[in-house]
Amino acid sequence: MSIASTDTPREVAPPVPREPLLCAPALALFLVMLLTPLIMTLVLSFNSFDFYEGIGSTFSLANYTEVLGDRYFYEIFGRTFAIALATTAICAIIGAPASYFLNRMDPFWRSIMVLIVLGPLLISVVVRTLGWAILLGNRGVINTALMNIGLIERPLKMMYTSGGIVLALVHVMIPFMVLAVWAALQRQDPATEAAAESLGAGPFTVFRRIVLPQAMPGVLSGSLIVFALSASAFATPAILGGRRVKVVATSVHDEFMNTLNWPLGAAMAMILVAAILITMIAWSRLVEDRVGRAYA
Amino acid sequence: MKHNGPFAVAFLLVFAIFMLAPIVVVIGVAFTPTGFLEFPPSGLSLRWFRAILDNPDFMHAAWVSLKLALVAATVATAFAVPAALAIGRGSFRGREVVQSLLMSPLMIPTVVLGIAFLRFLTVMGLNGTFFGLMLCHTVIVTPFILRLVLASVVGLDKSAERAAISMGASDWTVFRRITLPTILPGVVGGWVLAFITSFDELTVTVFITNPSTTTLPVRLFSYIAQTTDPLVASVSTVAILFTVVLMVVVDRLYGLDRLLIGEGKR
Repeated sequence: MSIASTDTPREVAPPVPREPLLCAPALALFLVMLLTPLIMTLVLSFNSFDFYEGIGSTFSLANYTEVLGDRYFYEIFGRTFAIALATTAICAIIGAPASYFLNRMDPFWRSIMVLIVLGPLLISVVVRTLGWAILLGNRGVINTALMNIGLIERPLKMMYTSGGIVLALVHVMIPFMVLAVWAALQRQDPATEAAAESLGAGPFTVFRRIVLPQAMPGVLSGSLIVFALSASAFATPAILGGRRVKVVATSVHDEFMNTLNWPLGAAMAMILVAAILITMIAWSRLVEDRVGRAYA
Repeated sequence: MKHNGPFAVAFLLVFAIFMLAPIVVVIGVAFTPTGFLEFPPSGLSLRWFRAILDNPDFMHAAWVSLKLALVAATVATAFAVPAALAIGRGSFRGREVVQSLLMSPLMIPTVVLGIAFLRFLTVMGLNGTFFGLMLCHTVIVTPFILRLVLASVVGLDKSAERAAISMGASDWTVFRRITLPTILPGVVGGWVLAFITSFDELTVTVFITNPSTTTLPVRLFSYIAQTTDPLVASVSTVAILFTVVLMVVVDRLYGLDRLLIGEGKR
């Protein structure tokens, strides 16, 4: 007993004041290397630009009115959001059933399938997009195969189209959807499915009435991730769209690296961030309302 | 557990082909003996793999990427592990704010990070330098390590540490002999994920390199934009092989399933 009593004071000796200090180096790094650059970029978006004098340290909304008042930029923003929405919808339509089937596989095949679906996350997006460029080109694998079978006479145009970009983006983004839906499915009670079946429901009814509603939170959180990542994707639209099919991210890159109008590029980037945030918030509000009402 | 019907099996098969197609095509094209991208290749040749060795640009870029990923992952680990210990176990004020700040590079669009780093490094006179590149990559990969280490800190049993303290061990000894061995799988998993993320990073890096600090993904990206010969495929195949080797190592050390499933929760 005497051992325990000498033990107690040391045990209580608080390590608490030391702990914030352990965060200090990381915190300092992020204040200097993340917050400062972001604030500087926000300020930059209000500066002026002149081809001969460069960036002027004025403060005006000129860049924002230029982007928001020009049809050329409307087209780029419209295309970006159309691509992101299409990618999100296709990811949800393929990803939800895929996760459901994945969840029902036996462990051996499931671990192989997990590797096939999630492994590409660890391979560079440039490499994966190169693969799609080889598949989708006018003399690419798909067109050659279709022409050899005789299904088409002239190659389908898939490179430098929004459709080609969506296809490749689905490939890049679908692992995030599968993970989100799968996480939701693992929380559900398998007994609910068995109960529905014992009451005479067919497999499709079970999926629609039992599985899907329980998977919905996963589909929704997956959609938010996929949408945000697709709307700001750079590598895939840059390689498959080139200069012909521009999206916001590739236009920002152009402004910074070719035109050198940094303030305008910064303003475009800030509008992109704002648009993504507004869409995500509106989407989750809408969904919460709907889901809340359905299950009230 | 119920088993899948024929429709589900067919669906999964098509899905697997979709996921594998671009990767298989890249690897196939790399072995062509001809001078253009053809699939399936008309023969088997290592011509385009030898061509990598004769291309100083790609060799230099691969070397820069390797160095950068090693340094950035290691420096980020040194920042992230203490922070994870503090966040995972402490209850100090502002803990959640610190955590969201350190995780925020995952939420900010990479294009925005790219232009922000470009602006900052230009003002500081560090643009295009390896040091500047390293600082930016450290910020980008820190959240990956923080997340995995946090997961292992939260499950940490404090009694072993208390026992060591009560027997007179110093803070450093407690960390080295008790805490670190317990969280080591998380640290190693985080380091590897950080290494891969840095090695593959394009969107931020494309803004902040100059010809002497061009990384492999940036070199590959600009090469694809100009010409298409099978060299890009053979370089990509080597990169894929490198990733597969890392995946096997991770599987042994940490468990690939755990790493991949953590990867998607951003």
